[in-house]
Amino acid sequence: MSSLNLDLDSFAINPHYGFQWEPAQQCHVLLFPEGLVKLSESAAEILRLCQQPTTLEALVDELEQMFPGVEGLESDVREFLNDAREQEWISPA
Amino acid sequence: MMPENKSGSAPLKGDEDQSYIPMWLLAELTYACPVQCPYCSNPVQISANRKQELTTEAWIDVLRQARQLGAVQLGFSGGEPLVRSDLAELIREATSLGFYTNLITSAIGLDADKIAAFKEAGLKHIQISFQGSNRESNKKFGGTDSFNHKMEMTREVTRQKIPLGLNFVLHRQNLHQVGEFLETAELLGAEFVELANTQYYGWAKHNQEGLLPSKWQIEDAERVTNEFRRRHKGNMDVFFVSPDYYDDRPKKCSNGWATTFITVTPEGDVLPCHAAKIIPGLDFPNVKQHKLGDIWRSSDLFNKYRGTDWMVEPCASCPEKKIDLGGCRCQALMLTGDARNADPVCSLSPYHDRVTAITDQADGVFDLNEPVPLLFRNMKNAKQFNTDQS
Repeated sequence: MSSLNLDLDSFAINPHYGFQWEPAQQCHVLLFPEGLVKLSESAAEILRLCQQPTTLEALVDELEQMFPGVEGLESDVREFLNDAREQEWISPA
Repeated sequence: MMPENKSGSAPLKGDEDQSYIPMWLLAELTYACPVQCPYCSNPVQISANRKQELTTEAWIDVLRQARQLGAVQLGFSGGEPLVRSDLAELIREATSLGFYTNLITSAIGLDADKIAAFKEAGLKHIQISFQGSNRESNKKFGGTDSFNHKMEMTREVTRQKIPLGLNFVLHRQNLHQVGEFLETAELLGAEFVELANTQYYGWAKHNQEGLLPSKWQIEDAERVTNEFRRRHKGNMDVFFVSPDYYDDRPKKCSNGWATTFITVTPEGDVLPCHAAKIIPGLDFPNVKQHKLGDIWRSSDLFNKYRGTDWMVEPCASCPEKKIDLGGCRCQALMLTGDARNADPVCSLSPYHDRVTAITDQADGVFDLNEPVPLLFRNMKNAKQFNTDQS
């Protein structure tokens, strides 16, 4: 498991990547040069909010309003974002 | 060329028994090409006549149909796609349809204005191929004095902030230059570098004796690549695509025949893999007569080697058959005479000795000063293969 130390204040989806809903696959995908990943619903939910520059705090706030009462949301989001940063899905913004 | 799933993404193929989606469309816009690479995987029967090429409208219709089927990654390739004067228009249309567009080019014919126009039209990624690591070797293997222009254009792509990939095709006569390729790529600020060993189809198959490296050459190049990766922990991803002749298990054909990739040739023929034209006895459906969806789902061609039901022994009862799907049909055909056979790269194939005979020969004495002459890919040389010159 990656350490929980997202090093970005403000971030957004990597401008070179494409985030979109694919009807044929019935899921969101992330597109990049010569490749793509299918996204889980929760990953897509987070990345949807990263289409504009955002911060960890703002993101968690928004998700808590959407999914009230969900335990451990912040650490899950932080972990996902660390991963996403590692894979360059998100970048400083 | 269209690399397979190289960025560690989830497998592109649908799950078993699920209906397959042609997520990758390779649009070979033209066979015309200013470069003469002897390792080109295009068919040797290329025609100089461009009148048979699909029109702009026909390509746009192909894009629309492919998008409806779920195609989302699009490679504009050829030949040299820059030869088509409608390229910016096609990029724009593809972008508006929701494609992620990749341009696969030699950079010959490219300039700063075109790069800007392509970017404005929505182009997401440019892959530029080099035929050598310096002016001299680039000219020697590409047949054009284009090295300085390529360098200039790669810098321009980076300056205009379009993700840049570089492609170097490796073979017996340039594998020793891998270190220079990597240094060039780093200097140019590439984000992706593909060191792709030649795949032996089309022109490359014809030139195999002069191109197939020895095992030690590959091992040495891999060592240099790994050392480079260790020294440079930067942002450049390096992919080393090894030649499968030296493996003991085959590679899946295009992630599985008719599971993920769909290629449309300049004249509108639709293929499950860009080399499939070499297999005799197949009818290649054309977009001028058929809908892409019908071709993908129902054509004999696309169903012929889909899944595992078509297999013969030793694949049919092999516990690994779903891992590699029997390997490459074209390679099976070229080396065993029957496309249904196991890809003879597999050590379980009764024809495996045909591969080892080739690699044993390649492992023999090698003198860079006296390489086997190569037949360059150009229209003049293609004439000897063309029976139906139109």
